[in-house]
This record gives sequence, C-alpha cells and structure tokens, in this order.
Amino acid sequence: MAELPRADGGAGDGPDHRTPIVEFRRVEKIYGEGESEVRALDGVDMRIERGEFVSIMGSSGSGKSTAMNMIGCLDVPTSGAYLFRGVNVCDLDQDQRALLRRHFIGFVFQGFNLLARTTALENVELPLIYRRVPAEERKRRALKALDLVGLSSRAGHTSAKLSGGQQQRVAIARALVTEPSLLLADEPTGNLDSARKVEIMELMVQLNREHGITVVMVTHEPDMAEYGTRTIVFRDGKIISGNR
Amino acid sequence: MLWATLIMSLREVRKNALRSFLTMLGIMIGVGAVIAMVTIGEGATQKVRSDVGALGENMLVVSPGAARRGPERTAGNPFQKDDVEAIEREVTGIKALSPTAQSNTTVVVGNQNWPTSVIGVDEGYFEVRGYKIEMGRSFSEVEAASGTPVCIIGKTVRDNLFPGAMPMGQRIRVKQVSCLVVGLLASKGQAAMGGDQDDVVLMPLRAFQRRIAGNNNISSVYLQVEDAQATSSVQAQVEDLLRERRRIQPGAVDDFNVRNMQEIADTMSSVTASMTGLLGGIAAVSLLVGGIGIMNIMLVSVTERTREVGTRLAIGALASEVLLQFLVEAVVLALLGGILGILFGLSLSYAATQSLSLPFVISPGTVAGAFAFSAAVGVIFGYLPARKAARLNPIEALRHE
Ligand SMILES: Nc1ncnc2c1ncn2[C@@H]1O[C@H](COP(=O)(O)OP(=O)(O)OP(=O)(O)O)[C@@H](O)[C@H]1O
Ligand SMILES: [Mg+2]
Repeated sequence: MAELPRADGGAGDGPDHRTPIVEFRRVEKIYGEGESEVRALDGVDMRIERGEFVSIMGSSGSGKSTAMNMIGCLDVPTSGAYLFRGVNVCDLDQDQRALLRRHFIGFVFQGFNLLARTTALENVELPLIYRRVPAEERKRRALKALDLVGLSSRAGHTSAKLSGGQQQRVAIARALVTEPSLLLADEPTGNLDSARKVEIMELMVQLNREHGITVVMVTHEPDMAEYGTRTIVFRDGKIISGNR
Repeated sequence: MLWATLIMSLREVRKNALRSFLTMLGIMIGVGAVIAMVTIGEGATQKVRSDVGALGENMLVVSPGAARRGPERTAGNPFQKDDVEAIEREVTGIKALSPTAQSNTTVVVGNQNWPTSVIGVDEGYFEVRGYKIEMGRSFSEVEAASGTPVCIIGKTVRDNLFPGAMPMGQRIRVKQVSCLVVGLLASKGQAAMGGDQDDVVLMPLRAFQRRIAGNNNISSVYLQVEDAQATSSVQAQVEDLLRERRRIQPGAVDDFNVRNMQEIADTMSSVTASMTGLLGGIAAVSLLVGGIGIMNIMLVSVTERTREVGTRLAIGALASEVLLQFLVEAVVLALLGGILGILFGLSLSYAATQSLSLPFVISPGTVAGAFAFSAAVGVIFGYLPARKAARLNPIEALRHE
C-alpha cells in the first residue's frame, strides 16, 4: 500500500502552514506531438493560499480544465513543477497522487457524476469507504454532510429521483464529507437554472468562510465568479490576470 | 475494505438483478450438471457395491466348465468331495467354504406349486452368502451327516407355499422326497444382477445328493476370503490346485472357472466412475462457457461504468482497489451461480436417485470442489475486465460519455 506523501523537509508533522496550498512553477502541459501539438498550459506560474476562494475564467479551450486536473493531482505537468501543500506532485506515482486526493481534495464536477441507481447517502459515503471509516461513523458523517447541503430528507433517494440542483448538492456533500483542504469545482453551476446557481454558490461561500475550505472554481459566468475572493483569467494556456 | 467492497458488489449485483441472474445461469448449469452427475454416479456405484456385497462378502465361486461365456462353453466334470477337501486343506486365506449342488425344480405343498432353486449346502454356506436364520434352526450335525431330508426355506418360498401360515414343522415335497421345514431365512432381497435371493430352499448337501440328485456330484464351491486384499491370491491358489488335480496341461484351457464377486463389483464401479468422469468433463466445458459469459458481462459493465470508475479514481481510489472491486463482483457472480448450481444439482440428483431407487449420497468433497471451482472461474474470468477498469485514466474516464 502506498504511503501518504509528506512535504519535503517537513519534520514529519505536516507541511508549514505558510506554504501555499497550490503552487505552479512554469507549468507546461502539452497534448499530442508534432503537427497536432497543443499547449494546453504554457508556462503557468500560480499560487493559491489556504482559505482563498479563487474563480477561474477564460474562453473555451484556454486550459482551465487542464489546470484544474493538475491542481487536483489527476494529471502531472509535461514540464515545470507543481507543489501541492509543498509536495512536488511530479515526483509522485499514481497511487501516491490517489492518496493525496483521498485525504485533501474534494471534486465537484459539472456533470455531477453521481453513481447511478445509488442513493444520495451511499454516494456521499463513497469517499469515506476509501478512507476506511467504519460503517456507523460513515453514515453519521454522510448524513451530516447531506444536512449541510440541505438534503438530509433525501438521503434514501437515488440520483434519478433528484433534481439537477439536488444532484449537484449531493455531489458537493460527497466532496466535503471528508473535510478536504481543497474543494475543486469545474463549472459546478453549468447545468443549473439561476435560482439553483445562487443556492450552490452560497453553499460554496459558506464552506469557504465557515469551514475554512480553500475553493477553486471554474466558471464561464462573471456573476458566479463574483462570489470568489479573486478571479484568475486564462487565455491560450497562460494567465492574463488575477495572479499575485 | 474487503468487507465494504463485498457489500458494494452485492449491491451492484442486486441493482442489475435480471442481468446478474442471466450471467450466473451459465455457471449455475455447469455446476449443477457436475453435482448431479457425480451424485448420481456415486449413488450408482454404492448401489452396485452394496448389491455385490449382499451376494456374499469377499466371495469366490468355483464352478465346472470354462470361464468363457457363449455357445462353446464346455461342460467340465463336476467336483467331488476330495476336491473340496483338497481346497480346504491346501489353500490359505479362506474364512468359510461350502460345496453346493443345485437343482431348479418345483416344490409342492398340498395343492400349491412353486418353482424354485433347491440347493444342497454345508454349514459354511450361510456364512459365505450372509444368510441368517430368522425363525427355527439350522441343520444339526447328525442331519448333515446322515442326509436326513430337512430344509430351510427363503421368504419368497414361504410366502407362496405357506401364505399366512407357520411353515415350521410342515412338510414340502421336492421331486419325490418329502422334506421337513426346520427354519426360515431372513430376507436378503434382490441381488445385483437380478435374481431373488429369497427364492431358495436349502437342504443338507448329503440329503440333496442322495435323495434328489442321486449322485455325489458337487456343482459349485462357494468360498469366503478372509481379507479382500487376499482375494486374487486365494483365487490363484484354487486355480493352480484344481488345474493340477484335473490334470490340465500348461497352456490348455481350464475346464472350470473361479468367479470373483469383488472383481465384478470393481469392474462395474469403474464403469460408472469413467461415466462420471466423462460427464464431469462435459460439465467442466459448460463451466468454461459460464466463465466466458461472466467475462463478457463484466467487460460490458466496465465500459458502462467508465464514468463511475473515473469518479472513484478522482475521489482517491487506488488502481488496486478498483481492480479488487471488479474482481470481487465477478467472484460474487460466479459464487452465487455456483451456490444456485449446487442446490439445483442436488435437487436434480435427488429426484433422479429417488426415481431410479439409488441411494442419495451427498459428497462433501464434490460440493466444496464445485464451490472452489466457481470462485476460481470468477477470479480467472473476472481478472481481465477488472484490470481494464483499473488501468483507466481518471481524466479520460470522467470525460467518457
Ligand atoms: N486529452 C487531451 N488530448 C488532447 N488535447 C487536449 C486534451 N485535453 C485538452 N486538450 C486540449 O487542451 C486545450 C485546453 O483544454 P481545456 O479542457 O483545459 O480547456 P477549457 O479551458 O477547460 O475549455 P472549456 O471551457 O471548453 O471547458 C484545448 O485546446 C483542448 O483541445
Ligand atoms: Mg473545461
């Protein structure tokens, strides 16, 4: 079994709290070769501190999702370095990155990606199963997370019986049930009507303010980006504004 | 983790109940066929063994005439008293022995007739054949030596000649001889190769020879061997001795034969065993087909659930955990199929053995084997689909439509 990676030079008790949670150093991501080569990320430098709520904007194909996958340790840079909590992700193998995701990162996808024919409660319990949380505690924590997103009354409903907004809230509950350090949301409101959008955004703000979860969210809509504390704009694989 | 994975798999199997059942069907039929074949075969073998055992345990029968069956069978001279004495004296490993002479004739009581076998026997016959006296007594030594016409009858004879009456002390007529009934045999029932073992009249050999046959011939000698292992050695000793006594040249055909009941039993059970083996082979092929069915459905399932796999990987599942999940699912399918197959096979063979009046013997080894085999089928045929799932790239899996 792979071991959870620790920060370089740390004394063994976790990374220094002043290190940024996300740090890109001249990160490049190149897809394809030769003629069909695409520079999805073109030497990006970026820092996100703990407790921030960062919105990422940019036109289609500008590299937002690529950056998100990188931040979420699903992907590694072609060149450059990505430090997550001070740990260089480039040095890690697939299993070690999986463990980082398991313990520190929650994902909310545009398409929700709930498990079919599975109840809301079971969906929310899923990350806890991989964390080896015992069944009873698992259920308690999953119900608490569902309560936080206002869906405790729908715990036994399967995804098919939930509205789009409810499904997205289940997906958020699943992402935050592990109390992650970092919540990543790639167009979380894309499929929702405006009332549901506001509902979701207020939930994200609440998680950020009250639970101290760092949030990074991709959106196409400026009024959604407003909810964040800072907006980073991508164009052609580069950051054109919002960097500090 | 394994427990949680198991629960998840059972949930997955239940979600697609019909599909899961159809997938299991192949394994179920395969395992069911194996169990049914083996159980029925085992029952048949046991039946043959106990039937042959009932004829007489570790029994050899020495008769005049060449062993070869068919029209050219030579008659051969009957044995005489000194042949039997020589066997008794010179062959080692014999537990009991009886010379016999037999006649198939009709016995009469009043106006009742019954065709049966009348056999002249010695005391040893009861032990060799396993006959017990239920009522009355055996022949006394004086009766045996003097040739007094007394007899012991089997249950079939009694039922036909003395329906509802007490046979002891009555007289029956065999040919022209009036014979006093002194005993009744306990029932032994039907023998292996047909023949009602209760349809007999036994009388002292001396009485039979003198009063019924009118000569001193002995038509067969029944031997019981002390130990089943020694059967063939005793058989060889008897053959050598008789060949010498009957002056048969080396290379010439014997004019007598020694039938080994153990051998007959062994031959018959080896026939049923090879039948079982053959049918078991066919059943194994259907298990293979069942396994391929599982692999097929698991591959479809992995493709269908690509996004689920992507989600699990994004949440932090290790590739090995995804592999385990799909492997456990395949094993659960195969095992459920195996369990259903075991139940199916047992009920099938129960019905079959009942209607063929064979004993119904559950062989725990076969059941355990079938169980282990279906688990193995799950692992072997589930591995490839599970590996396919575990090797998915999370980003591509999440984007999968
Ligand atoms: N797996 C891949 N193989 C090849 N090219 C890719 C792959 N993934 C992304 N790209 C390319 O990389 C570039 C950046 O893609 P990315 O998905 O990051 O854009 P995005 O900003 O998220 O766009 P959108 O707003 O449409 O989601 C695009 O030109 C895309 O075609
Ligand atoms: Mg995108």
